Amino acid sequence: MAITKKQSAELAKQVFEYAPAPEAIDHVHIASTYGLFIGGKMVEPHSKMRFPTINPATEKKLAEVSEADAVDVDRAVKSASRAFESWSHLAPSKRARYLFRISRLIQERARELAVVETMDGGKPIKESRDVDIPLAAAHFFYYAGWADKLEWAFPNRKPRPLGVAGQVIPWNFPLLMLAWKIAPALASGNTVVLKPAETTPLSAMVFAEICMQAELPPGVVNIVTGAGKTGSLLVEHPGVKKVAFTGSTEVGKVIQRTLAGSGKKLTLELGGKAANIVFEDAPLDQAVEGIVNGIYFNQGHVCCAGSRLLVQESIAEPLMEKLKRRLSTLRLGDPLDKNTDIGAINSRAQLEKIQGLVESGIEEGAELYQPECRLPERGFWFPPTLFTNVSQSYRIAREEIFGPVLSVLTFRTPAEAVEKANNTPYGLSAGVWTDKGSRILWMAERLRAGVVWANTFNRFDPTSPFGGYKESGFGREGGIHGLAAYLDLN
Amino acid sequence: MRGVRSVDEVGADERAASLAKRSIKKTSKLWALDLAVRCMDLTTLEGSDTPGKVAALCAKGMRPKPGDPTIPSVAAICVYPARVADAVEHLRGSHVHVASVATAFPSGQSFLSIKVAETEDAVRAGADEIDMVIDRGAFLSGDYQRVYDEIVAVKEACGKAHLKVILETGELGTYDAVRRASILAMAAGADFIKTSTGKVQPAATLPVSLVMMEAIRDFVRETGRPVGFKAAGGIRTSKQAIAYCVLIYETLGSDWMTPERFRLGASTLLNDVLMQIDKERTGVYQSGDYFTID
Repeated sequence: MAITKKQSAELAKQVFEYAPAPEAIDHVHIASTYGLFIGGKMVEPHSKMRFPTINPATEKKLAEVSEADAVDVDRAVKSASRAFESWSHLAPSKRARYLFRISRLIQERARELAVVETMDGGKPIKESRDVDIPLAAAHFFYYAGWADKLEWAFPNRKPRPLGVAGQVIPWNFPLLMLAWKIAPALASGNTVVLKPAETTPLSAMVFAEICMQAELPPGVVNIVTGAGKTGSLLVEHPGVKKVAFTGSTEVGKVIQRTLAGSGKKLTLELGGKAANIVFEDAPLDQAVEGIVNGIYFNQGHVCCAGSRLLVQESIAEPLMEKLKRRLSTLRLGDPLDKNTDIGAINSRAQLEKIQGLVESGIEEGAELYQPECRLPERGFWFPPTLFTNVSQSYRIAREEIFGPVLSVLTFRTPAEAVEKANNTPYGLSAGVWTDKGSRILWMAERLRAGVVWANTFNRFDPTSPFGGYKESGFGREGGIHGLAAYLDLN
Repeated sequence: MRGVRSVDEVGADERAASLAKRSIKKTSKLWALDLAVRCMDLTTLEGSDTPGKVAALCAKGMRPKPGDPTIPSVAAICVYPARVADAVEHLRGSHVHVASVATAFPSGQSFLSIKVAETEDAVRAGADEIDMVIDRGAFLSGDYQRVYDEIVAVKEACGKAHLKVILETGELGTYDAVRRASILAMAAGADFIKTSTGKVQPAATLPVSLVMMEAIRDFVRETGRPVGFKAAGGIRTSKQAIAYCVLIYETLGSDWMTPERFRLGASTLLNDVLMQIDKERTGVYQSGDYFTID
């Protein structure tokens, strides 16, 4: 029997809800407890202290990891110092060989790493599978190539490694940030002690296994887990010659104060409040995708997220309509489902911070829009959120929310767009959407941001330097610039 | 026409690629495959088409899997104008539509009077759907008025028959042009816009279809008149068909998941879909010999 149009449309609504498509997790082994990775093997912590790491989508405990104390951190730094002697004198092509090997092993274990990343951090499997893990492998691959070409990277200089690098990374892209830190450090002949974030330590534990599999000489990479205390012990340790930190501006400021006068080299990659600027001649449907990718990618837990949307007033109405329609198609839920677009918020603390800022937005008079969206009962969740009628002075337009919350402002002329975009303490990234090439260049010259994306957003590549202006930090990661941070060029 | 909003090629490709990664399983897969059959324009467009070939195709279209009444019939049988009468005869009593290509298919390089006459004759022979081609020569030389006027004239010649306008996107060169041609065809009265003739490579692709669907979405917003979408050419596997279902679902919504607004033009897709339906139902693949060739 033929089905009538109405029945058919009804049927589509009823049945064409994508059936669950969960990624298999039976191939992943997560241990019940983890030690510290020091001197090439997993060791018991001196502190005897452990803390749980949970799956933010279910609030279930995944494992217990060690909390490194002063003795543990000291052991790790000493192990790295010992390893530095031989590692820095190893033939550069041999250093490259280890990095290539690590890159290959990340690719081989990509599925496992993606699942671990998603379970520990809450991000959708499609992102860890298609973005985090491939990019992490690409970073090792890229910097492996530089290891024996440092003198070509810096002609007429005599690049020398610095020593032990103390590296502290955030929870939003655990393995990728690890790769951003470790790959250039090792390629330039340094050894490292890395501290992953306390809510997402597991992929670093898998990475420790990869270092062992790659037969990396003991002590070249050491990984100590713990919270802020462990991090400060690491950056303050006198054996550390270089500190690299990615995280909040607040902590970054503390680190900078602590290190003043210590002679340690420092790079900071901190917060952001990026403007995504849409001109009236922009390709609107692609701009909508870019806006969505800019702020809802990884639940907005992205330092360079396009959290402020600046729209030319003449197209604000159709663009908002398109954007709202698009938000209603975002699929929030089980991060392990291959069709999930928005996963879980990383932790309860982060969820509360987002909720607090969203409430301030409502109080200050912004107009809230959230698509109809059922949140799972357990775990930490926040629906994709859009604020219109936002003024520059509102907290939601000034402070980094680090969640799936977009503030929309309008502008009339390119000059006004530049002025509003730059009117922030941060300066990490910006986006420009226009069909006019000359305007892209005009804007890029004037925007005070480390990265300016044109007709795209949140696009990363190991060859491209990344870093901020103003309170977004200093120093660059990625590309040749990323090597400079780990070398003495004088 | 030059005022039509532009399309960013990189962005459109990326969006289409990300939708193609949707994982469609179990009940939703069965549903999408069923829809693919219901929305299929089973097509034969060969110089060697005979009344016998068309008869066989009609039988297949009405009952894709003899003995299995749960498999719906296809939406239409699509043939050359000269074969319309054969199709009408063999589809009598069924709900399957008769679609005819027209207007000097596939090149469209002929006189307007002939295009109109061909359309009128096809409709008179019993076609209730006309798949016309636009004059790409005129379009690419910037003579949009001529393209528009031709569509208006053919639409008029169609009478009550539904008009699908083939843009032949493989010859248009850019997504900007695809979007412009889509808007032009809809403004001129198209009931459907269709990607390709199947005679030119590349034929239907996901990003081109996305661009056309987005144009439809904007057109509906402006005018309130819904226009259908048809992908044709190169769609041979269930996996491709499902990707188009996902694309239309997430771009135009479930209101478009009906043969009135969505068609897949294909000559060899049907058996693969039937095979996949059996696989979903029974858990095993059947030999090709269990599916009739026609």
